[in-house]
Formats: sequence, structure tokens, C-alpha cells
Amino acid sequence: MTYTQIGIAVVIAAIVVDVLVLRTRLVTRKGFWVSYAIVLFFQLLTNGVLTRLEVFRYSDSMIVGNQPDVGAPPFIGNGRIAYQPFEDLLMGFSLCLLACALWIFWGRRGVQRTPMSGPPIWRTWSSRSGSGGTASSGGAAASSPASADPRGTGDGKTPT
Amino acid sequence: MELERLTYLGVLLFIFIGSAWLEIALRTRVLRRWKRLLLSLAIPFTLFVIWDIWAIMTGHWSIDPERTVGIKMGGVIPIEELIFFIVVPLASILSLEAVRSVRGWPLGDEKPVGDEEPVEQAP
Repeated sequence: MTYTQIGIAVVIAAIVVDVLVLRTRLVTRKGFWVSYAIVLFFQLLTNGVLTRLEVFRYSDSMIVGNQPDVGAPPFIGNGRIAYQPFEDLLMGFSLCLLACALWIFWGRRGVQRTPMSGPPIWRTWSSRSGSGGTASSGGAAASSPASADPRGTGDGKTPT
Repeated sequence: MELERLTYLGVLLFIFIGSAWLEIALRTRVLRRWKRLLLSLAIPFTLFVIWDIWAIMTGHWSIDPERTVGIKMGGVIPIEELIFFIVVPLASILSLEAVRSVRGWPLGDEKPVGDEEPVEQAP
């Protein structure tokens, strides 16, 4: 099997694991796709550097494009996006989805589900009267469901 | 050692620093929940490292020995690749929790499985 074929198969496998095996259904969540967009941007950047410098070289027969014998691959075209073979994006997506789905899976199972993330530090810097009021109610939410918190942050770790 | 050999390691450091600050600034609490983190990383790490070793051995891709520090596990896989499969999924989870921290969109673990209380219980 080529890298292209394996890449497609692994994306499908990761989605099957997310939807059917772990039942985390992250692919239906807006939050996942926004965070993946961030991950994708940084993959294009960092993996672009590594493939531009030929830290990674790929076998011609395993990718849609080819690896130039001499010099860097094109920025775009010949099966490449930001110097990297588009197959790398398939691998990156699978790795991201699988790790995130397992993270949510273990949280649902009660493994360190709390303390939930947030709020950003700047929200507790400014307006101690405004958001500070809801933050202090988060202290009582340590045992109550995080969904009662309109922000969904469920900040159960208010310093005592 | 020539500086060039730190290329791959340097990029990994950039990814780690570029995501780890979210733990402080957005209170993602991912590194702090390290047991859950280790459980989440173990399976992807194992699967992708096996894939990587196989792909290197069968010649799907190769990694420049001039731009890696030169430590190879089992004589096949550069140590940078092992770090990659820890740092990148960690950055993905940090990114996921960072988005939740800022936007508050639910991700499905707001309640444990089987804890079926009424959801809409506005105070």
C-alpha cells in the first residue's frame, strides 16, 4: 500500500473510532473543528519547514507527487501543500482526532474529568465584579454539573 | 555538533512552547490532568510509532541524518520522531481545551457517562 492509500484508510479508521467505537463524536462538534483549524495551520507551518529543508524525503512511488532528486519540493502543486505531501495532512488529522477523542473518552469515563479548562486568565484580571461573580459560583459547581455553567467551563478549582 | 543537526528538535521545541503556554494563559489544565493525558497519548503513540518504523524500514520516507541529533531507537527511528508523537497529540489536546476555555462550546465530557440528570437546569 502507498502512503496515499494508508493515509486515507487511517482517516476513515480515526473517524470510525471517534463515532462508533469511543462514541465521542468529536467530528460533530464545532469546538473540535475550530481547534483542528489551529492545528492544521501550525502543521502547514512546521511541517512545511521540515519538508522544505528535506528533513523528510518521500519515496516517489508512495505519494501522489514526487520527491525532486535535487533541491526542495514545490511550495504548492505536484501533490504538495506548503512543501509537504498532502498525505501528511491525512496523517496529521488522524493523529489529532484520535488523541482528542481519547481525551474526551477518558473524561467521560470520569478520569480527571475535572478541573475543566478555563476561564482564560484575562477574564479574571479584568472586572472582578463582572466575571468574578460567575467565577466564584464556579466554586460551588465543583460537585454540580459543568453544564449548569453557561460558559461550560466548570471551573471547580477556585482557590480556597 | 553542528547547529544544523538541531533542526528537527528545534521545530519540536517550537511546537511544544507554542502550545504549552495555553496551559497557563487559557487554563487548559491538560498537563495538570496528566493521568488522563497519558491514557490518551498511549494508543496513538504506539500505533503511529509502529507505522513510522514500518514506513522507514520499507522506504516510504526517510529522515535526514544531517538534521537530526543522531540518536536512533532500535537503529531505525530517530528520537525526534518519538518526541513528535508525544508533542503533536499534546498540542492537539491543548488546542481543543484552549478553544473550550475561550468559547465554552461543549465537547461531550461535560458529564460522565451514565450521569443522566436534567441538563437544562438554569439557576
